[in-house]
Amino acid sequence: MIEIAGVSVRYRGRATRALDDVSIAAPRGRLTAVVGPNGSGKSTLVRALVGRVQLEQGLIRVDGDVVREDGRRALARRVAVVTQREEPAFALGVREYVALGRYPHLGMWRGMTSADAAAIERAIELTDTSPYLGRVITELSGGEWQRVRLARAVAQGGDALVLDEPTTFLDIGHEMVVFELLSRLAAEGQAVLLVSHQLNLVARFAAHMILLHAGRVAAEGSPADVMQGGVLEAVYDWPLVVTRDPAVGAPSLVPLRARPRG
Amino acid sequence: MRASRWIVLAIALVVASLAGVTIGTLRLSPAEVLHGLLGDGSLVQVAVVRTLRLPRVVLAALVGAGLGSAGAALQGATRNGLAEPYLLGVSGGAAVGAVLAVALHAPPAVVPLAGFAGALGAVALTLLVARAAGGQGDARVVLMAGVVVGAFANAAIMVALANAQDNVVRGALWWMMGSASDASWPQVRMLALYVAIGIAVLLAFARAIDVLALGEDTAAGLGVRVARVSLTVYVAAALLAAGTVAAAGLVGFIGLLVPHLVRMAGARTHRTIISAAALAGATLVVLADLVARVARPPAELPLGAVTAIIGVPFFLARLRRLA
Repeated sequence: MIEIAGVSVRYRGRATRALDDVSIAAPRGRLTAVVGPNGSGKSTLVRALVGRVQLEQGLIRVDGDVVREDGRRALARRVAVVTQREEPAFALGVREYVALGRYPHLGMWRGMTSADAAAIERAIELTDTSPYLGRVITELSGGEWQRVRLARAVAQGGDALVLDEPTTFLDIGHEMVVFELLSRLAAEGQAVLLVSHQLNLVARFAAHMILLHAGRVAAEGSPADVMQGGVLEAVYDWPLVVTRDPAVGAPSLVPLRARPRG
Repeated sequence: MRASRWIVLAIALVVASLAGVTIGTLRLSPAEVLHGLLGDGSLVQVAVVRTLRLPRVVLAALVGAGLGSAGAALQGATRNGLAEPYLLGVSGGAAVGAVLAVALHAPPAVVPLAGFAGALGAVALTLLVARAAGGQGDARVVLMAGVVVGAFANAAIMVALANAQDNVVRGALWWMMGSASDASWPQVRMLALYVAIGIAVLLAFARAIDVLALGEDTAAGLGVRVARVSLTVYVAAALLAAGTVAAAGLVGFIGLLVPHLVRMAGARTHRTIISAAALAGATLVVLADLVARVARPPAELPLGAVTAIIGVPFFLARLRRLA
């Protein structure tokens, strides 16, 4: 269970807060999704979780324990994070890259144990990334790279997964593969916290949605609760309607063409 | 990296070292070298091998190992293939220290120590500037702070040398161009200890460097305390380079070039990259020192100039692969 409790973040030199008293819970066994327009604070939330921004107030708890700066490694054993951007500087083999997911479990000198190797194998199998093992990460396509990153996060072996826009650059098929995998991991008991722009897919897969707007929680609840035309239109500042997905019946957003001027 | 490549690296270092001990103004056969090493040859053979050539070869190897491994660690931690340990203020600071010592007519033995002190001062200044700018753990800020401190140091040297006497300029320039010619066993022992500790520290952080090379956000997510680990690696790499500067002056290009060479040879994780860079750096500097000694006898070429001359074609080849 990841709990973000009353967290506020203000970037240096900014008048307004990037996050303003935000509380979010991502319990085990549930796919929890955070959505919202650009600049609403979604990525700041993830950066706060990995300690890359200072909290002005509030705290973050994992399974009831408050996360502190000197507990980063212990946190990494429980929560794996796939950040929005990751551009590797140097060539690294795909297997070596996935193995770095075991970093928080290793000492300075101790090598990999059979448990580490098993976690790596399982992650590769779950994410179906074994075809890429002979390659280096700098030569993967966008879709392959996202899946290999996911494999690294799964290899980390915690019981919580946080992902910031994991399906950016992915085509429909690859996007669905990722959503299906996240859904499966949640069903297996992981706490999955997903930050995404893909409202319609999130509405189909997530059990709980949080809509952020200007650093605050604008709406929260089941997809049916959050996917309300009036709320979304105000938050995204664009005319839209919410219908029902004809195939599966999930709420589905359809943006309209621009309002006529005048 | 494949096992065969490790063997090639090790053999290359052994061959280069044997060549360094064998070749010189006084030509010795391999048998004579062996007798010299064992101490049962003629007095001249023993003196040349044991007190002139061998310490010089070992010193050159240590300098290369230190610079190569420091460059490898630094390029990984900063995610930047243009990073090298001299860039953190080491070279500029060392030169300022050495020039001051020469200008103040300090005895020759003091010049390396002054260079070392200058390097330490400049590294401290670089990190302070980066900290004042609010980015002590941020690779880009630290590298830019190093560039600023280096530019300031260069300006200081030019001012100091503008009106200096010819012999002062010459002495300072010679030291800045690098040389292993003053090698002695006590110096080798000190440097060996220093380099061994430095490389051990870098190897202890090798896995953290692997993770840092993925980017700071990802590293934080994997439990690396980014600012603290980065700073440790910067300081360890800079101190390692400063130690080599005290022993042999400025030997350019090794810290920049060698990490690229070992990555081209297939080294991917930093435990391998740092270790292989130590071996390859040692081999290159031993060879460069051999060239410096025998290219134009009886005069010696500056070691730093030879490493640069060797380095440029390697780097051009690397550029071709990148383009």
